[in-house]
Amino acid sequence: MEFNVTLLGQAITFAILVWFTMKFVWPPLTNMMEERAKRIADGLAAAERGKQDLEAAEKRVADEVRKAKQQAMEIIASAEKRATQIVDEAKENASTEGARIVADAKGQIDQEVMRAKEALREHVAQLAVVGAEKILRKEIDAAKHADLLSSIKAEF
Amino acid sequence: MASNAIEYINHHLTFWNSDPSPARGFWSLHVDTFSVSLFLAFVFAGVFAMVARRASLENPGKLQLFVESIIELVDTQVKEIFHAKSKVIAPLALTIFCWIFLMNAMDMLPVDLLPNIAQWIGHTFFGLEAHHVYFRSVPSADVNATFAMSLSVFLCIIGFSIKAKGLGGWGKELLTAPFHTHNPIGAIILAPLNFIFQLVELAAKPISLSLRLFGNLYAGELIFILIALLPWGAQWILGAPWAIFHILIITLQAFVFMMLTIVYLSLAVEAH
Repeated sequence: MEFNVTLLGQAITFAILVWFTMKFVWPPLTNMMEERAKRIADGLAAAERGKQDLEAAEKRVADEVRKAKQQAMEIIASAEKRATQIVDEAKENASTEGARIVADAKGQIDQEVMRAKEALREHVAQLAVVGAEKILRKEIDAAKHADLLSSIKAEF
Repeated sequence: MASNAIEYINHHLTFWNSDPSPARGFWSLHVDTFSVSLFLAFVFAGVFAMVARRASLENPGKLQLFVESIIELVDTQVKEIFHAKSKVIAPLALTIFCWIFLMNAMDMLPVDLLPNIAQWIGHTFFGLEAHHVYFRSVPSADVNATFAMSLSVFLCIIGFSIKAKGLGGWGKELLTAPFHTHNPIGAIILAPLNFIFQLVELAAKPISLSLRLFGNLYAGELIFILIALLPWGAQWILGAPWAIFHILIITLQAFVFMMLTIVYLSLAVEAH
């Protein structure tokens, strides 16, 4: 144990070393480390934000897809409904048209029948008149018995 | 052999003094302590300043990461213990830790390495008799080095106290703590007692700091010297375990000195 001027020398060295550390070592390194920590924190926060954004976007996309699907289904359903409606209408139209055609045809047929009956009646009347003429040539005057003949004709 | 061993040990425990005469006084220098610690100071300052200058934010190298982990260690301790704001304490703690660690680590060099080199240089280039060249390679086994640091810390303690509490506040604390009374007569009676307690407490800090470090390293060095006296084939049996154990002591003593400095300084700024 011998104290001498080495103590002063060491103390001066120590003081200068502390000053040097305070000036050139500690501040730049700690500043840089803090900056790095901040940057890492920022990066993590940004990543988190990005993840949330992505989740929101995915949700929105799913929503849109679901909506579109629903719309498509609605469109298909309404189209089917419309199609059955059209078919029904067509069927109805066809049946009414058919009925009309049938009715027309019936009417025409009735007319034809009436006409044929008329013609036949005429014809039969004439034939009857001819036959009666032939039978009653002498006794019956066509002009005299016209009323009778026409009443016979109506009975046919 | 016995006289040889004593001579060997004494030779190893003698400093390289700038004044070789036995009647030297205070104004003589331990050249070995001073130069080795100065060299280590340059090593520390050089490495750390270089890392600080080249520090890369994005792509730190291995050395930078190593330096950063030391700074992180010191910074954590300072932030946990010292709650006031100070620009000095963290760099002070870092310097103490690294410098003491490096000085202690000189103990890991073989005990004869630096002394023999010094003897060879002294003998070859300066024509000295080899036996009269002395060299001790561990600066922290010199009380001058340890007291230089602990007394600097002591001055910091006083400075921090005065800065935090004012000269009056600190003086008042010296007289009124640890024994406190509201009775004015009692206060006057207790004042000298308090003052003595406070002085002892204050003085104990630098003395315990420096003697703890000095004692550990001096003992470590002495044991290495004793191991060096064994036959060369048997030295490793004791030398290896002691060296491995000494790694712990080297680091621990540097850490303890740093921690106690932080604790003392935080006590200095906090009110009793």
